[in-house]
Amino acid sequence: MRRLSVLALALASALGGLPAWAADAAAISPAAAAPVLVPDTLAQRLQPCMACHGAQGRASREGYLPRIAGKPAGYLYQQLLNLRDGRRQNATMARLLAQQSDAYLREMAEHFAALDLPHAAIPPSPAPAELLAQGQALATRGDASRQLPACAACHGTALTGTLPAVPGLLGLPRDYLIAQLGAWQTRQRHATAPDCMAQLAQRLSPADVGAVAAWLAAQPVPAQQHAAAALPGPAPMPCGSVDRPPR
Amino acid sequence: MNRRSLPWHPALGLALGLALGLAALLLATALLLAWLNLRGEEALVPDAPGSAVPDAATLARGAYLAKAGNCAGCHTARGGAPYAGGRAIATPFGAVVAGNLTPDATGLGGWTAAQFRRALWHGRSADGRLLVPAFPYTHFTRVTRADADALWAHLRSLPPVQQANQPHALRWPYRSQLALAVWRALYFRAGPGDDGLPAGTTSAALLRGAYLVNGLGHCSACHASRNALGGSGTLADSTGGSTLPGQRWQAPSLTDPAEIAVGRRQASELVQLLKTGLSDQAAVMGPMAEVVADSTQHLSGPDLQAMVAYLQALAPSPPPANSTRPAPAPPPRDGLVLGRGQQLYADHCLACHGAQGQGAPGAYPALAGNTIVTLPDAGNLVQAITGGGFPPATAGNPRPYGMPGFDLPHDDLAALATWLRASWGHDATPVSAVQVLLAR
Repeated sequence: MRRLSVLALALASALGGLPAWAADAAAISPAAAAPVLVPDTLAQRLQPCMACHGAQGRASREGYLPRIAGKPAGYLYQQLLNLRDGRRQNATMARLLAQQSDAYLREMAEHFAALDLPHAAIPPSPAPAELLAQGQALATRGDASRQLPACAACHGTALTGTLPAVPGLLGLPRDYLIAQLGAWQTRQRHATAPDCMAQLAQRLSPADVGAVAAWLAAQPVPAQQHAAAALPGPAPMPCGSVDRPPR
Repeated sequence: MNRRSLPWHPALGLALGLALGLAALLLATALLLAWLNLRGEEALVPDAPGSAVPDAATLARGAYLAKAGNCAGCHTARGGAPYAGGRAIATPFGAVVAGNLTPDATGLGGWTAAQFRRALWHGRSADGRLLVPAFPYTHFTRVTRADADALWAHLRSLPPVQQANQPHALRWPYRSQLALAVWRALYFRAGPGDDGLPAGTTSAALLRGAYLVNGLGHCSACHASRNALGGSGTLADSTGGSTLPGQRWQAPSLTDPAEIAVGRRQASELVQLLKTGLSDQAAVMGPMAEVVADSTQHLSGPDLQAMVAYLQALAPSPPPANSTRPAPAPPPRDGLVLGRGQQLYADHCLACHGAQGQGAPGAYPALAGNTIVTLPDAGNLVQAITGGGFPPATAGNPRPYGMPGFDLPHDDLAALATWLRASWGHDATPVSAVQVLLAR
């Protein structure tokens, strides 16, 4: 019966016997309506990203989602590949990216990397000073006795990342930072071998993870928030994502 | 002498007779089962020497046919080496793990062309064991000898990947060879089968379309209903498609005028949809996005036109225009709900899909006349609104425009869906908050 309704509606309309609810619909012919014009821009094409990562990709520091605006394109591109291909676990990202090409993922990465957006002010951290001090020590000096290089050795003295593929660590939610270190420890997050962050994360205690995440999340983002052009010194260990990036 | 001690008590004779009868029945059943499984199958004949070196044209055709069958779609794990297997496919009977098709010893390295053809045509492994019908040999049994050999040549040309096959995670009894034999006896016939075209059809396009749709394309594996044992209907059944195991998406009927309705759509629009994933009237979403990205976008224009022509030939023709059938009464709709739905549309949808649901050609499909809006079951519409997403990136639409997901409350989603299904000439049933809850 239902399958005949469209034809029946057309017939009824031809005979003038139109049900009242259908009158408006029939009066507006979709075919006659002018097509909607949308901007031919990546910002328009990538609307699904902004739904979670915030306007223009500047996610807030509360909650879980990372800011993507301004991170190095090489880093973002590898993460898009990893999320699509199952080397990082996020069901929403996997579903969104499943049928997208490498070339388009590269364009997405370059789009968000090129954005230069102000960061929101940092609220004071509720973490105890002792914990923050422990986190600061790990981030800026490391712990040679445990073969832990400082975060700054690769992520830059200002911790805003280094080109072409090391992400900044500032302006990220604490929960997100903890989740990433935990994902490396439990082998849920992978990068190109040798996976330096996976090796480092194995050397961190739960207390280390909590401390370094709390301190990083509490730091203000400097006005010059761009990634540094190069590592501050020799790389403390080999990293596949830097040494052997995908084409 | 006690009667009870007599060796040939009548009851004993009866029991013996029954036992013999039962044994004969079991033997007859086993023979019948064996015959139903082996009918139409010829003994394996080794290939003639010299036929092992395929030419470039055969290899290219094999690669094309592998796209038509989307072999790599199931036989590639996410992020894994192509054709090396390892992807788990959900079925109502447990998960089936696709095997390694590369010419490594862990894959098809030890197989012969004849064993491969037997797998395609008769669903049996190199050692003769019955394969699970999640591998659609039920469709591939239609593949011609020349095409089967081209496919084999293509698979032999792949780089070998060492990756051991994982066992299926099927529940008892479905994993047993006996269960598979019974299933085959009930639901499998080797050979070309009935393609639903009138006898004597000579149109090369229709025959080519039927061959691709029912053979390598295995469209009815999803787009036909299945019974409780997984026996599949046909594309022309009026019973619609099926809900995909392990997913919220439904594969609607292609031919039912209330569903995808290929019979009343422009052939060129359907070809464009299969070629690029996007037409003015539709964007492919969910599992079909994978099919377009991995399979149909790679098919030639004439082959896609043939497939669409065949599907349109299967679809029932519309009733004559002078039908005296009265217009059905519109389903009751709540004015408050419609008002809420209209407001939600204006807030969330109108900027891209337009005040008249007319869409933005090349970016966002029209919603007026869009079949996902009016499918009898609103599950796919709920998935589309809540999940959003990108159509597949294809050669014809390499940088798709995406849609954000709208995680609306159940009753708002129901109001929006109800309004969409009653607007622009649509007349589909209202959607309740409970239906939304069950579908999302």
